[in-house]
Amino acid sequence: MRQQVVCFWLQLKILLFSPFEGFLAVVFPLMFATAALLVYQVNGDPAAMLYAGIGAAAMGIWTSQTVSATTLVQRERRAGTLELVVAAPTPFSLVLLPITFAMAAIGLYSVVATILWDWWLFDIALQVENWPLFVLSILMAAVTIALFGFLLSVSAVRYRTSWALGAALEYPGWLLCGFVVPLDLLPAVLRPVSWLLAPTWAVEGMRAAAAGESPWGDLAICAAVGLAYAALAAWLGVRLITSARRDATLALT
Amino acid sequence: MTSARIFFIGGLMSYRALFGWMNPWIFVPSLLVSPVCQILLFAYIGRSAGVGDDEFYVIGNALNYAAIPCMFAMTFTIGGERFAQTLGLVLATPARRIPLFLGRSMPVIANGWFVAMFGVVVGSMLLDTDIPGSAWPLIALVVAVGSLASTGLGLVMGAINLVYRDGATLGNVLFLVLLIFTGTNVALDDLPGWMAAVGRWLPLTHAIEASRMLADGAAWGAVSGLVGTELLIGVGYLAVGLSAIRVFEWLSRTGATLDRI
Repeated sequence: MRQQVVCFWLQLKILLFSPFEGFLAVVFPLMFATAALLVYQVNGDPAAMLYAGIGAAAMGIWTSQTVSATTLVQRERRAGTLELVVAAPTPFSLVLLPITFAMAAIGLYSVVATILWDWWLFDIALQVENWPLFVLSILMAAVTIALFGFLLSVSAVRYRTSWALGAALEYPGWLLCGFVVPLDLLPAVLRPVSWLLAPTWAVEGMRAAAAGESPWGDLAICAAVGLAYAALAAWLGVRLITSARRDATLALT
Repeated sequence: MTSARIFFIGGLMSYRALFGWMNPWIFVPSLLVSPVCQILLFAYIGRSAGVGDDEFYVIGNALNYAAIPCMFAMTFTIGGERFAQTLGLVLATPARRIPLFLGRSMPVIANGWFVAMFGVVVGSMLLDTDIPGSAWPLIALVVAVGSLASTGLGLVMGAINLVYRDGATLGNVLFLVLLIFTGTNVALDDLPGWMAAVGRWLPLTHAIEASRMLADGAAWGAVSGLVGTELLIGVGYLAVGLSAIRVFEWLSRTGATLDRI
């Protein structure tokens, strides 16, 4: 537990001082949310603005993981610390997990910034019927996206240019998770992909809580999918790291 | 003759050596998949909001994405030299700066044009938009002018990169400015007045507007003014970039910060 807390806190401080992973992880989704809300504002429908405003608030949690999580192992590699981390008695997964949670904490900061920005710039005052469940839904989004980031970071362990993969996941995630577009509008063939993404259910939960409906069903599915990510990442982590050590490809040089 | 050699051969060598995106593992996800995904994202936002048609978002976002290769490549042609510890050697040569840096911009413009056209073609196919066949050659020409203008802004960024190290962050911020202010997803008439006014001084704004008009069946005469303005803006940014390189190069020399990573 101490290792988790220390690692989380240390990584959070590193991220906060990074222009790319701290500043840009907030500004990038904020500006895309602005662009989306500018489109919605053309017709000036308050209900549509509120719908988009709720989803746009959570876009930053997704962004906090995509590029940062896929490049997590690569950053350790460049810093020359990957071999040390892998050789440490602490399981590799337990090193990665608090780092992705630190990234999710940046995402939570982005949520607050976006809500204030939307209120200031677009006059969108979030009308939420059930604030505790709304906040719980946001926290569920952060936790499950952190677990998705954990899966991404493990999967990209042998991908030298993993940042490109992370950058390419940004827009599909915003679209498929229904942050600013109703899933009903997407082609039917893509909906199963949306269902496999935990943030989809968290965003549904946020909207349900805002409307005064019960989000528990959505949050339960969100938790289940998030746990599946964690289990898969833990399993993959052991195998991929063992393979990299056996083949001496950890450094990718 | 020497200047021509520096312009063409030096530019091509620099591009191949420093622009790491030639690697397909980077090029495909970053410059082919991402622009198409950005097009789809905003096309569906437009459908959800009931604003504009698919063609509007295909053209806006495809051209907007040309800014990524154009701006980042120009920045990295300077940042990459610093990282390789060769920036001092480049700037110590007697080579004239105009062919040296403009030569580096030519492959960048071509790459930006390809990325934008790929976005327009694939986005049109996926969303089944109806751009008349006769409009395509002129759209290709306008996209080339837009790429040139974006590269001009990239040259300014490259100059700033002589004194400000984090080119990736700066590039992303400028890309976001272009996304919001150039009418990529909201027509200038629908943007607040001050935003539209800023947008008219940025690269891509006029190219996007001209391309949309061509796709709607406008003749060349109707858009030639917009294309001319875009070209002027691009040349203006190139001139500012070359001047800024002179100034920042001098500042870097006096401060002995040229090779600081």
